[in-house]
Amino acid sequence: MTTVSLTINGDRRQVDVEDRTLLVDLLRETLGMTGTHVGCDTTQCGACTVILDGKAVKSCTILAVMAEGAELRTIEGLADGDTLHPMQQAFCDNHALQCGFCTPGMIMAAVNIIERHGTDIDESLVRRELEGNLCRCTGYHNIVKAVLDVAGKLPRASE
Amino acid sequence: MMYAFSYHAPISLSEARKRFEESEDAAYISGGHTLLPTMKNRLAAPSDLVSLGQIEELQGIAVAEGCLTIGAAETHASVAASDAVTGRIPALAGLAGSIGDVQVRHRGTIGGSVANNDPAADYPSAVLALDARLHTSERVIEASDFFQGVYTTALEPGEILTKVGFRIPDTAGYAKMRNPASRYALAAAFVARFGDSVRVAITGASEDGVFRWTEAEERLSKDFSAGALAGLTLNEADMNEDIHASRGYRAHLAALCTRKAVELQGRLTLL
Repeated sequence: MTTVSLTINGDRRQVDVEDRTLLVDLLRETLGMTGTHVGCDTTQCGACTVILDGKAVKSCTILAVMAEGAELRTIEGLADGDTLHPMQQAFCDNHALQCGFCTPGMIMAAVNIIERHGTDIDESLVRRELEGNLCRCTGYHNIVKAVLDVAGKLPRASE
Repeated sequence: MMYAFSYHAPISLSEARKRFEESEDAAYISGGHTLLPTMKNRLAAPSDLVSLGQIEELQGIAVAEGCLTIGAAETHASVAASDAVTGRIPALAGLAGSIGDVQVRHRGTIGGSVANNDPAADYPSAVLALDARLHTSERVIEASDFFQGVYTTALEPGEILTKVGFRIPDTAGYAKMRNPASRYALAAAFVARFGDSVRVAITGASEDGVFRWTEAEERLSKDFSAGALAGLTLNEADMNEDIHASRGYRAHLAALCTRKAVELQGRLTLL
């Protein structure tokens, strides 16, 4: 066993893991933080997306020990009590989820798009940046709308 | 679940080499975006993983004497965003930005891609077309000697790729047809122009991995235009065939990508 020290959603944590433990399994199995999902377990679907040191990554393809010293953010860290994060609210407002399985990964990827690009984004950038997140329900249109909504780039009905 | 192994994160090249030698069956890991999926499938089961992520000699991007040198541990995202790369060889920045998806680009590294020599990987084509020198923990290897067939390179067991030094061309272009699901290249061409000399490297298409298309180079050296390639075809028998594309289709795509890379120099083109 190896002790990994990292910050998760602002809390400093020390966790004992086997070296072969995946980061997503540290979250889900060791810490019981099941908001981060495992869809494909093959680096394709993006359901396991978390933000590691400011970058969206797929936590099914990173060893927990590789996150030593890192700052990690997950879906559980977004809302402030009962108040949803603006991206979560935008997903609700724009009907950007149906079954919801891909949603935690979508939202973490989407939050990271705004963090890295600011609000100067357009539809083609959002679609390109979401290539690593698969959704089998929505057809993506409303997900893209939700991200543009947060950036203030959505035409309003009144306009 | 993967078989158990011991993980090490050395901070120097010599420490990494030593750890590798002292382990029963070690593997180096950088971004891990090829190795970890392989281990999850139990197609690889190293006793020890030696991380290259904390070693300073493998980091950084620098320009000197007509050469753009990229540390092996630089991620695809950092290469794509580097001013030195976008300014000197925009097609190479475009190539890096077209690998996988954004999450993959945040972890995957140039050194991992080059050392693994996947037949559908992007970087090997740039290494060949830009006449790169591969710096390792032991020596410098010329691009023409480095790739030795699918998943095979000149690297000896334990030898670490540290930097890739690309010759800066007058202009270069990269054109790729992606598998729409995996985003690996079904076929792609990197075309670089150095004065009257032209180098063309094809990836994704051949059974033997990346290769230089010398017939196309000869024609383009005399007349650098897509028209100069008219009628020139690759031998279908040398191409790869799988559920994604037949030999004939790959030969067609490789030739098409070459023409596009000639027409659209200075950038990435996705077909």
